[in-house]
Amino acid sequence: MSANRTCWQCAQSIGASLFCPHCKSLQPPPSGYYTLFGLDRKLNLNTNELQQRFYDLSRQLHPDRFMRKSEAERQYSLDASSILNDAYRALKDPVKRAQYVLSQEGFEIGEQRSKDVPPELLEEVFELNMALEEMRSGDDSARPQLESAQNNFTNTLNEVDRQLEAQFRTYDESSNREVLTRIRGTLNRRKYIQNLLDEVQDQLAVGAQ
Amino acid sequence: MNIDFGTTEKVIGIDLGTTNSLAAFLDLTGPKIIPGADGDKLVPSVVSISPSGEVVVGNAARELLITQPGRTVYSVKRLMGRGLDDIQEELKLFPFHLASGSESVLQLQIGDRTYTPPEISALILRQLKQNAEAYFGEPVSKAVITVPAYFNDAQRQATKDAGRIAGLEVLRLVNEPTAASLAYGLDKRENGTIAVYDLGGGTFDISILKLHDGIFEVLATNGDTHLGGDDIDNLLLRIALEDVQGEWGEDLAGDSEGVQRVRRAVIQAKERLSFVPFTDISLEYRGNKYQREIQRELFDKLIAPIVDRTLGPCRDCIKDAGVTPEQIDEVVMVGGSTRIPLVRTAVENLFRSKPHTELNPDEVVALGAAVQAAILSGDVADKLLLDVTPLSLGIETMGGVVSKLIHRNSTIPASATESFTTGVDGQRNVLIHVVQGERELVKDNRSLARFDLKDIDPMPAGLARIEVRFLIDANGILNVTARDLRTGKEHSIDVKPSYGLTDEQVEKMIQESFEKAEQDFQERQVREARVEADTILAAVEKARRHDAYFELSDDERSAMDRAINELLLVYHSEDHHLILNKNEQLNQVTMKLAENMMNTAVRGALKGTKI
Repeated sequence: MSANRTCWQCAQSIGASLFCPHCKSLQPPPSGYYTLFGLDRKLNLNTNELQQRFYDLSRQLHPDRFMRKSEAERQYSLDASSILNDAYRALKDPVKRAQYVLSQEGFEIGEQRSKDVPPELLEEVFELNMALEEMRSGDDSARPQLESAQNNFTNTLNEVDRQLEAQFRTYDESSNREVLTRIRGTLNRRKYIQNLLDEVQDQLAVGAQ
Repeated sequence: MNIDFGTTEKVIGIDLGTTNSLAAFLDLTGPKIIPGADGDKLVPSVVSISPSGEVVVGNAARELLITQPGRTVYSVKRLMGRGLDDIQEELKLFPFHLASGSESVLQLQIGDRTYTPPEISALILRQLKQNAEAYFGEPVSKAVITVPAYFNDAQRQATKDAGRIAGLEVLRLVNEPTAASLAYGLDKRENGTIAVYDLGGGTFDISILKLHDGIFEVLATNGDTHLGGDDIDNLLLRIALEDVQGEWGEDLAGDSEGVQRVRRAVIQAKERLSFVPFTDISLEYRGNKYQREIQRELFDKLIAPIVDRTLGPCRDCIKDAGVTPEQIDEVVMVGGSTRIPLVRTAVENLFRSKPHTELNPDEVVALGAAVQAAILSGDVADKLLLDVTPLSLGIETMGGVVSKLIHRNSTIPASATESFTTGVDGQRNVLIHVVQGERELVKDNRSLARFDLKDIDPMPAGLARIEVRFLIDANGILNVTARDLRTGKEHSIDVKPSYGLTDEQVEKMIQESFEKAEQDFQERQVREARVEADTILAAVEKARRHDAYFELSDDERSAMDRAINELLLVYHSEDHHLILNKNEQLNQVTMKLAENMMNTAVRGALKGTKI
């Protein structure tokens, strides 16, 4: 955020603060999630600290606090708290947080194309689809296979999450764009596995009824 | 709690319920219910309108439900923000008479006039406003009103409209379970995870909250806006009507008064069954008697399917909140229907802990609304509610599919921005269809409104760039703004709500009711001035027989007589200023008499004592 911002109300210099240090009025909020939270842009965040900051900022910015203030401040409060809530939703979840940082860095994070099967999963996915097909046609004998697939993919997902965490650390230390490219790849893979897992769980739930 | 009462106008909290409504406020000792003129804290949400247009609300209207069923409306909350298609079930069971033209906005026919549901609700709100004004002795114009957490945008908007029509500035709509948690948190607990199970007359809500040093953060909410005590009443009513028919050989279904009598009998039996193992459904009507014993066991069996319908939303809510039942420290019970033992058992089984029932389930929502009112007026600074939107918000895309923009259980205010462009060369309009709900296809969700981006400069397809911002405010109501990204200017937007009233319609109703409210306020002030006059005149009359009266000079006595006569002359006028003026004048001229009387009293009291 530029340091030479001036207060809309009293025209004095306000630096990066949310409130004017002179007349105390609320300023137009920054749109960057990390800026609003006053945090460095790190992929690994302490979620307890994040929550505490969220509560503190909510106390300061929520529209409830501006009921008797000017129209302008009420509008800023509405803007600020909606950005704050959006920001908290994104930052508290590691996957959404990474997606946010990627999009801020100019990476396209479109929908994962379902045809792009990660090569190492090719065989497993092929068999799984067969089993899913059997279940759908009412053949319950595929249940054990689906259950074991559920276990396998849950394990893979945990593995991917550990991988992601390591990549986050690497990025936080280096700020290397190549790491972000790798993270995007990991996120796509994760999404793919998550979708599969959801499908298996849905099918198991339907079959159980 | 830190309370700092400024000099600002009082803001009241209102629970606008399906069956009963209440108003409350916060004073230094905590939140309090404002009683009605009849001393009752609960104002039944029943409105009766006489042929001459006089309005009766509350207990008196509930009596008229029996004798004037055609002119009396109850459970109008079930119709708020709804379309004709939504209320087919209601029409079968409730004696609502819809006027023609209800296809666009529902209109209830009462005599030769029609009323929209917000107008009927406004009459209830106006009664509560008057009760508060009588209680405080000053005008009240600001309120916080509670709504079921699962209310959609149209239902919230309708409630806000009702407030405006009643002459109230609605500072905030608060979700009922959240309000209840505020009253509960004030009283019982500062930290932890709680669930609020709210089964009222017409709606069911479940909310799970995290309490953290004065922050009340809703994690998830779920519910059913078509589920409540009314459903139990209607079930019992149907059975009883059949039974009556068997006994009397007469079908009461077409006889509104008869139906209302049976309805009252089954409600009374239902309420008793919460405390006793068996009771009678009994009534007398037109010389016929009906009496039937009902055991709680049978009652439980009958209502079990209704109670079960609350459990699905509870499970979904627990899942969405990301907690396990064991992580929930307490379950708070809200709404009159939670007095039913079967409901308590079902909740206990699901959450695996005994639910809290020590707060009055009828009052806790209004009490919480009063706390929120005090938060908004700045009197309470250490509490903050962070609520969520109950339903996902999306827009229609190709092939009638929904693209979700804001997911359910997002903390509000919440926003999303989306860029729109034209698909054909020279296209001047883009129509955006906004829906609420969780389903994939537009037709399975609830249409909220259509927004028309008009007057786009003609240009080749795909060049226009209009950024639309969807913002759900702290009331849970959608606001939409649009900006032309090429010019950076605000882009005009035309809103066509799918249900409910347009702004112009609300304005007109406000105008009509404002005139009415002015008149009401005026009448009340006149009545109060007369009461004051009565008090003074009675006191003077008594004083005339007092010894002190004869100590006055002739002039003083005739000045008194003149003042009395002048007061009596204006007593029946409609100008309260005039009456108050003469009250004051009489007070002035009798001041000396009062002093003399006081002195005599002191002398009398001192007699016999040694100084």
